[in-house]
Amino acid sequence: MTEPAMPLWEVFIRTRNGLAHKHAGSIHAADAEMALQAARDTYTRRGEGLSLWVVPSAAIVASDPGEKGMLFEPAATKVYRHPTFYEVPDEVGNM
Amino acid sequence: MLITMYTQGLQPAEAGAGPAEAAGRFQARIDAEEKIEPNDWMPEAYRRTLVRQISQHAHSEIVGMLPEGNWLTRAPSLRRKAALLAKVQDECGHGVYLYAAAETLGVSREAMVEQLLSRSAKYSSIFNYPTLTWADIGAIGWLVDGAAIMNQIPLCRCSYGPYARAMIRICREESFHQRQGYEIMLTLCRGTAEQKAMAQDALDRWWWPVLMMFGPPDSESTHSDTSTRWKIKRFSNDGLRQKFVDATVPQGLYLGLKFPDPALRFDEASGHWGFGAIDWEEFRRVVAGGGPCNRERLEARQRAHADGAWVREAALAFAAKRAAEARFQEAAE
Repeated sequence: MTEPAMPLWEVFIRTRNGLAHKHAGSIHAADAEMALQAARDTYTRRGEGLSLWVVPSAAIVASDPGEKGMLFEPAATKVYRHPTFYEVPDEVGNM
Repeated sequence: MLITMYTQGLQPAEAGAGPAEAAGRFQARIDAEEKIEPNDWMPEAYRRTLVRQISQHAHSEIVGMLPEGNWLTRAPSLRRKAALLAKVQDECGHGVYLYAAAETLGVSREAMVEQLLSRSAKYSSIFNYPTLTWADIGAIGWLVDGAAIMNQIPLCRCSYGPYARAMIRICREESFHQRQGYEIMLTLCRGTAEQKAMAQDALDRWWWPVLMMFGPPDSESTHSDTSTRWKIKRFSNDGLRQKFVDATVPQGLYLGLKFPDPALRFDEASGHWGFGAIDWEEFRRVVAGGGPCNRERLEARQRAHADGAWVREAALAFAAKRAAEARFQEAAE
């Protein structure tokens, strides 16, 4: 059996206005319109969302977990990016 | 390096690590309750175990639509029909979530479906039993979904992220399944003598196969040790089975039904319900293909897949035509 593969799409759902779309999972569909319908049937059967995005999985570029250290560890040494790095006397109150 | 979301089965090399060192580091992450995500390094056996377990689980959801689908057109009321239809749709959705989770490990859905249709993949043996009366729909919801929930709740904390996330969605949706089944049983048990006898007959036929759903006894289970070490599995087959019996027997007694097990009795000392010996010969026979409906179930799936071929072909052809038109339009502008 050598049927051509049905393209894979990633599904993002906005659960409520005011919130960002969040990745929910993936589905297979021939085109964007069918992908939206399949995403609706698969991921919003109980009122989980108000808005859907579908993106071809192949269009998403990911960072390599092997480079996690190089990419993200430098942030850990930059404590001066956090407010608690700075000293403000108690008498000054909340800042 | 830029990569895609999901690995294509190639192991990303761990910088400066030999295989033993990589395996040690992997186990340390598991021991620290860290989740493993699709592109992370993982031992080949971990990947294989997950693909086997998640795809079998997906197949079970898909084949599981068949016994209940048998009663969709004959549900006794519109309320029951709407609920059963929603439940069968959920099972399909669960199959799709799980195929998607398995695909993050580098296996295609097409390949998994092919394994099911060619009999090289297994699914839960419970779905090889027939649904002879309406009461079977009650018994399936109450017992089969009840057992599935017991099995699935620990999987929400499984070490593989995409599988755990799929299980969280599934568990959230399953609880309505069990309640709708119990309500059917309750209605039958409060009905005429004939209706109550129908409920009793369903319990008699489903009870033992449901206990087998938890898998072989711990003494014989082949996959348990490594799965436990990798935190794919968190409780033993026998432990979950006992938990299920303890939860379910009082529910059955409330219905006024008798369990088909003369050895069933409450043990004050341990606080557990003791039960009789399970016929593992029957379990092995059904798993090997000798259950009452194995052939029928697979034929139904094969037929559905073949009947849908023209739809998939047409959808892809239409998408290709639209894409070509768009390219032509773009070139003309």
